[in-house]
Amino acid sequence: MNDVTKAQIPALAIDDLSFSYSGKKALDQICFEIKSSECTILLGPNGAGKSTLFSLITRLYDSRHGKIQLCGYDVKKETRQALGKLGVVFQQTTLDLDLTVMQNLRYHTALHGLGRKLANQRIREELERLNMYERRSEKIRQLNGGHRRRVEIARALLHKPALLLLDEPTVGLDVPSRQSIVEHVHQLVTEDGLAVLWATHLMDEIYPDDQLVMLHKGQVKDKGTVEELLKATNTSSINEAFNYFTQGVGV
Amino acid sequence: MNFLHYWRAMWGIVGRELWRFVRQRERFISALVRPLIWLFIFAAGFRAALGLAITPPYQTYILYEVYITPGLMGMIQLFNGMQSSLSMVYDREMGSMRILMVCPLPRWFLLSCKLIAGVAVSILQVYVFLTIAWFYEIEAPWEGYLWVLPALILSGLMLGALGLLLSSFIKQLENFAGVMNFVIFPMFFMSTALYPLWKMKESSELLHNLAHYNPFSQAVELIRFALYGQFNEYAFFYTLSTFIIFMVAAVLGYNPSKGMMMKKGGR
Repeated sequence: MNDVTKAQIPALAIDDLSFSYSGKKALDQICFEIKSSECTILLGPNGAGKSTLFSLITRLYDSRHGKIQLCGYDVKKETRQALGKLGVVFQQTTLDLDLTVMQNLRYHTALHGLGRKLANQRIREELERLNMYERRSEKIRQLNGGHRRRVEIARALLHKPALLLLDEPTVGLDVPSRQSIVEHVHQLVTEDGLAVLWATHLMDEIYPDDQLVMLHKGQVKDKGTVEELLKATNTSSINEAFNYFTQGVGV
Repeated sequence: MNFLHYWRAMWGIVGRELWRFVRQRERFISALVRPLIWLFIFAAGFRAALGLAITPPYQTYILYEVYITPGLMGMIQLFNGMQSSLSMVYDREMGSMRILMVCPLPRWFLLSCKLIAGVAVSILQVYVFLTIAWFYEIEAPWEGYLWVLPALILSGLMLGALGLLLSSFIKQLENFAGVMNFVIFPMFFMSTALYPLWKMKESSELLHNLAHYNPFSQAVELIRFALYGQFNEYAFFYTLSTFIIFMVAAVLGYNPSKGMMMKKGGR
């Protein structure tokens, strides 16, 4: 694979994906792509299917219909290669509260097979970027919600993934913590060329350059840039566009 | 995905479990207190009530405390297996299981690492228990302490795999009480841990049969014979077979498309 074809392969490609829980359709023929240096916001109300989609991308469940590819690797058939390209921050905190920041991150680097020297170097880089390196010896229990989230974002990036999944990472955080996380993630997209899929229903987390995917009742209602979506719905704000799709409220 | 990756991941998982165990002093103490109560109180009281004939691997009349010791070693491993199962369910509820499941390694390997970690912890507990028992004058031949190690590894794997299997079925932490009632207690009491098979036959043929086919009995017998430097072939193959069955079922249980993960649904 040369560099040109490599660059053309999307970080995430979802094609005709459907999924049901005991007969009830949770996702219906989902299709969209995310390229590198793209931040895609997955917008949808509760129960839209965001968490199901994340569970399928992370292969907690398998889809019977459709395909998910990460950097060209099929999640179902080439699971290990695909998962190696993926960094995830789950909605719920997944840190071990009684271990230190460093121990939590080292556990992650071990799972990804990084040697100690490289692991320490990466941990330092990522924590420094988030101004957390000084707190590396503290137990997670001693950190506030915003700092715990920062550690989780740092952790998700230690193995240099091509795609970062964020499942409502700012829920329950105060405004400054939210802002710093939103800024940091967008910085990763522009500076490091990372592809991001960010599930949220908080409109102020969206930047004008972001791609939007509107998910409602398991279906992609529309996708495109903020501008394109506003144009298509003839609305003036993302909030209105969101209502247009979820409640059928036109303006 | 090379050998080094597997190696590092295994040490990462095993190291984390050992670290957790060492840190949780209460867990370590309670894991020891339980069998010691059985040994010092139950066995001492029961000594007079139960007469034991000379049966292999014992070559002479033995005290009830001596008989019960391998059973209590098995008990430590049984509870440890269930404790691991509990921590798997807890991890799943807390979400940290997902971090493990999204790392780029096969699930069977990740589950095996969890299992190895649990076995390592249980063996540590057993040897501490044996040391205390030694001061209580329950002494096995010295080579028995070496021979029992592979037996403990196998029995620990079997009981740990059972724990893994159960954890793939249990939806919530609250359901764990059911495991105590329906798995641990019947498995322990319906085994050769507390009374020999022939003694059970005297009271009930059915109980005797149930105890005979109980995998925990065979694990205990494997340990009992190994502690006296003997190899119980039947118990070995029985324990090995049940380990394989439990492990395959557990891996299937954690398979994203076939197992219980699908039925759990939700998040």
